[in-house]
Amino acid sequence: MIELWNALPLVVRILLKVIVIVLPLLGLVAYYTLAERKVIGYMQVRIGPNRVGWRGLLQPIADAVKLMMKEIVVPTRADKTLFLIAPLISIVPAIAAWAVFPFDATLVVADIHAGLLYILALSSLGVYGIIIAGWASNSRYAMLGAMRSAAQLIAYEIAMGFALAGVLVAAGSLNLGDIVRAQSGSVLTWFWLPLLPFFGVYLIAGVAETNRAPFDVAEGESELVAGFHVEYSGMGFAVFFLAEYANMILVSALTVVLFMGGWLSPLPQSWVQGVFPLDDGFQWLLLKTFFFMFLFLWLRATFPRYRYDQIMRLGWKVFIPITIVWILVVAVGVVANLPPWWSA
Amino acid sequence: MLKTARTYLQSLFLFELFKGLRVTGAYFFKRKFTVQYPEEKTPLSLRFRGLHALRRYPNGEERCIACKLCEATCPALAITIESEPRADGSRRTTRYEIDLFKCIYCGFCEESCPVDSIVETGICEYHFEERGGSIMTKDKLLAVGERYEAQIAAARAADAPYR
Repeated sequence: MIELWNALPLVVRILLKVIVIVLPLLGLVAYYTLAERKVIGYMQVRIGPNRVGWRGLLQPIADAVKLMMKEIVVPTRADKTLFLIAPLISIVPAIAAWAVFPFDATLVVADIHAGLLYILALSSLGVYGIIIAGWASNSRYAMLGAMRSAAQLIAYEIAMGFALAGVLVAAGSLNLGDIVRAQSGSVLTWFWLPLLPFFGVYLIAGVAETNRAPFDVAEGESELVAGFHVEYSGMGFAVFFLAEYANMILVSALTVVLFMGGWLSPLPQSWVQGVFPLDDGFQWLLLKTFFFMFLFLWLRATFPRYRYDQIMRLGWKVFIPITIVWILVVAVGVVANLPPWWSA
Repeated sequence: MLKTARTYLQSLFLFELFKGLRVTGAYFFKRKFTVQYPEEKTPLSLRFRGLHALRRYPNGEERCIACKLCEATCPALAITIESEPRADGSRRTTRYEIDLFKCIYCGFCEESCPVDSIVETGICEYHFEERGGSIMTKDKLLAVGERYEAQIAAARAADAPYR
């Protein structure tokens, strides 16, 4: 088996790895949209889509077919090249970031040293898709949405960057696998506890980064119709949609890796060694990620949209001071070898 | 001072937001109100004002005597009536049309009718398939009346004590 694998040309091997990650991811994105409609429906005492297939399980496929059949309309006087490229720019980083993601103690496509930096770089890249989409559609609503989105992303990127820097200080590594290994022990040694402010800031900034409610001024249905993607139809719109949901999954999964111990089991290693569903492994990562994905929907079903100035205030005047202060606290903790997290 | 500090801490630890999450979280598990429409239906009032119908007396004679009160009272001017004496000398409509696109389903025609001829039935699921289909001619109205007479009569009888 291994020999057969090694005998394949490098390009084929890489392609296979990409397919193995991207296809389930896109499937998950498709069903995440259904989950969103179901969860929000349930919270609004409705039952959500249940007509296509058993309990509505084929709904995402019906949606996908509908979007694929639709005509792609390019507005007059829009910059056609940029208009068509923008959705790609927004989805590529959302998918490419998974390259360094550790699914398991050994399962990672590219085990690079600066994984966290790579992810930070890619997640900042996604905003170009939004800005270009807003500018290229030659529409006021789209332009306003793009400007709002850009300002919001810059404000929250800083707080998010500080939160990630805190994780880096705590773990002593930029490699995502090593960050998870630094949290090994039990649920109490995961970073969410010593880095609680970062955990909160990262989670909220993650919601803001993905332009999700309550930080969805960039879309602002009631003000800007749909914000940066008003002018998109058919597959162009679908790709933006995929990018948004892929980003939500990515942020959830990263929260798990950075703060909730990735694939680690919440029980102490001595109790669960070798007991399948309880032992460390992919199933825990999946479970925890699903929890945070659910949280995204829960937030959307609960909170009204922030006003624009409130978003800016929260980003600049609350998150940045909190993260700066806590970075110092964490640094002191690391230097002092504070147990149980940093005992030498 | 103490109050300020408390508000500050509460907003810092997202106290109100967690309360909000608890509310939606509780609703997540509540019984759902959704009615699966084509299979399940909500009860309809006896006074529901849906599709119109012209009724006949039990002996088959049409009730309408072409008094044109409905036409006069119709606030949307949706009713058009033309009348002539019939061979036996009684006054009857030769044309009785309701444009359902103009109609606002206020029920005034039914209230104004001295012989309970024009009525609004409980039928609310209907559609038109071609241009002009929205105009209910006399034939169509009488057909609706004949088809649903039992239902119409039952609804009027049950509601009569409260009128």
